[in-house]
Amino acid sequence: MRALVATLFALFAALAVWSFAVAPAHGWAMPENVATLGTSVDELFGKIQWIVGAFFVLTVGGLAWIVWRSAQGGGGARSALASHTKLEVLWTVVPGAILVWLALVQIAPWEAMKFSSSIPRSADGKPKPPLCEVWASQFDWRALYPGADGRCGTGDDLHSPYELVVPVNEPVVLALHSRDVIHSFFVPSFRLKQDILPGRETLVWFECTKPGTYDLLCAELCGWGHYKMAGSVRALPRAEYEQFLERKTRELSSNGMEDTK
Amino acid sequence: MKLLARVFSTDHKVIGLQFFWSGLLMALFGALSAMLIRWQLAWPWSEMPVVGGLVFPKSGGVPSPEFYSALFTFHGTVMIFFVVIPLLTGWLGNYLIPLLIGARDMAFPVLNMISYWIMPFAMASLAIGFCVEGGSAQAGWTSYPPLATLTSATPGSLHGQTWWLLAIVLAGISSTLGAVNYVTTVVKLRAKGMGWLRMPLTVWALFLAACIQLAGIPVLTSGGILQLSDRVLGSGFYSASGSPLLWQHLFWFYGHPAVYVVILPAMGVVSDVLSVHARKGVFGYKPMVFSLLGITLLGFMVWAHHMFVSGMNPALGMAFGVATTLIALPSGVKVFNWLATLWGARLQLTSAMLFALGFVALFITGGLSGLWLACTPVDVYMHDTYFVVAHFHFIVFGGSVFGLFAAFYHWFPKMFGRMLDERLGRAHFVLTFVLAVGVFLMMHQLGLAGMPRRIADPTVYPSLRHLVPLNVSITWCALLLGASQVLFLANLFWSLWRGPRAPRNPWKAASLEWEADSPPPHGNFGAQPEVERGPYEYDPRTDGRDFQPQAVTLFPPA
Ligand SMILES: [Cu+2]
Ligand SMILES: [Cu+2]
Repeated sequence: MRALVATLFALFAALAVWSFAVAPAHGWAMPENVATLGTSVDELFGKIQWIVGAFFVLTVGGLAWIVWRSAQGGGGARSALASHTKLEVLWTVVPGAILVWLALVQIAPWEAMKFSSSIPRSADGKPKPPLCEVWASQFDWRALYPGADGRCGTGDDLHSPYELVVPVNEPVVLALHSRDVIHSFFVPSFRLKQDILPGRETLVWFECTKPGTYDLLCAELCGWGHYKMAGSVRALPRAEYEQFLERKTRELSSNGMEDTK
Repeated sequence: MKLLARVFSTDHKVIGLQFFWSGLLMALFGALSAMLIRWQLAWPWSEMPVVGGLVFPKSGGVPSPEFYSALFTFHGTVMIFFVVIPLLTGWLGNYLIPLLIGARDMAFPVLNMISYWIMPFAMASLAIGFCVEGGSAQAGWTSYPPLATLTSATPGSLHGQTWWLLAIVLAGISSTLGAVNYVTTVVKLRAKGMGWLRMPLTVWALFLAACIQLAGIPVLTSGGILQLSDRVLGSGFYSASGSPLLWQHLFWFYGHPAVYVVILPAMGVVSDVLSVHARKGVFGYKPMVFSLLGITLLGFMVWAHHMFVSGMNPALGMAFGVATTLIALPSGVKVFNWLATLWGARLQLTSAMLFALGFVALFITGGLSGLWLACTPVDVYMHDTYFVVAHFHFIVFGGSVFGLFAAFYHWFPKMFGRMLDERLGRAHFVLTFVLAVGVFLMMHQLGLAGMPRRIADPTVYPSLRHLVPLNVSITWCALLLGASQVLFLANLFWSLWRGPRAPRNPWKAASLEWEADSPPPHGNFGAQPEVERGPYEYDPRTDGRDFQPQAVTLFPPA
């Protein structure tokens, strides 16, 4: 039994290490990061992975080893030590120092992601106005680009259902809105997630660094259709982005009426 | 009349066992719902076995998405509020506290009886939810408004949510009454000589868990009453024009410390079980007590880590992120002390010991994955993905449930006066450990790949389709994990009637409960025990009897 239990714990430790080590090769890791702010997330993740890995192997591996080495049945114990002050100090101070360090290094990237003082600035030094409004409702996404008047919520808004189109390689600010319950704007490839509360505007910002189409998911339970609240984000070079807006404007005028689709 | 006196007993042991049996019953439903959840995730929109035909005869047994929402709402609610909390505090707290501190009963026996008999009403409310129009609550065990308060938001919010709230409020009142009792009993009724620093860690942990409940539950209960008012009286505390975030704060103010309510007692139990079955005192008793205290206090300063991306002020998120990172420290101290307890010891690999060892391995895993989640920028990605699901199942299943199994195998002889079958118990451990790892370990990878929790069909997203094989293998492990619990049930019922009679002290343990008969009679102890020393006086180097009982020995060792 002793050998079985020790093997069980050792195998568990090996399996856990393996599951993280091979994750990228199997698509079990975070998808490729394509946003500037995501870099710090991946860096922090990697650092924590080393800390977690070291303590995990030390403690679970240690447990397996202790069980393996333990005396059994009638044999006496080698140690009846009940406490040891130096050891207690050691395993309080060392992890404590690592944790304090970890608590501090997360502050700057968090500030860059979520503090309103970090909203990207335009050339005039003022916070960049939102590129568009993103409206979430049960169970779809809709991007609303301002028309010729430069404002949303007027008759000439350009609608893009299910697909958000953004220019690549420049900071983008979005204004998130909900029509009904709480939804959450989640783009894994940007490392970006933000809940959207009904009745208020929530700003998010990012800079996508690679043209492409990325999944947009709803990450907050919003009702029976939560699972199918899928959308996408298409990142285009500036010129193609302008073409997209032009096409949308043409669609709007050719209909001769407000595009409600 | 005699039957009535037994049913509405005021004996802490009877009430404890009532919590045990009803917790076990609810655990069956909770486990069943978990298996159905896994069924849908592996084979979306296929015929659900057994339940499908009963609930969805029209669609040929294929579940509806709103039924899926009802399932995970039910699973979370039942497992937290009706299984692990009532088992760890109601069962263990009631049964063990008086015995371990040398008291004849609880401080308020009638209140204790009332605290139990509120629970059947709470369970009934939960069950009624399934019978009303629109079905049972579907807003998750966290029930965020406006989804939970707008009656048109989801079918379960029509009527089911009201019954859910009633169930939560009732369960909260039950737990509060229990907690008053545990705290008072520990403070007032300790036997002569049982100083605070002579209490077994199980008692410390149960005491602190009750303190957490006393401070936290009233907040959640009042929050629940406000949500009831929004739904029934048309108030708008949590509406879009009110504050949807207010609910999240009130919910997590207890919702997070509740995690410690279900982990502290398991930690206490494991400390004691490791010590008894390693024939060695708990290493670092005082650091163990201080780390329990530290977790209790810090535990009230981290609740908003569930809300990093909720839209609350990000400066708050920063503060809560720092506090959450630091709360790992006392847990880490406990892990090192457990390992030091086992170091160089003579391990008796009984079923109880195996589950305690398993607890250490799985709790370490759940604790360490919490480091990623405490890191705010990383949590932005992880929040509401399967990574979080993996993390808290390692804590609640690997921690709380393994702790419960350790307690079950350790104290069963005392509670029922019979011995369990050790071979069945060991087989139960091996299967449970292996399959629990099979179920929960790779959920980390699901979450890393971006799979959100609470979605009925991950294949909707092209980027998640390659996860199907992983989801299928997890489901197989979950079904087998459920099935393997037959070993536990068989052992329980067989031993209850056929197990060999238990001696007074089968494990040669030093704490007070082993001075009483198995099972202890009404009043617990023949003569009031007087405590002479701490609970961990084991010295395996001596010949013959290697332990010193806490009390002046009243009986010759059995
Ligand atoms: Cu949603
Ligand atoms: Cu929490």
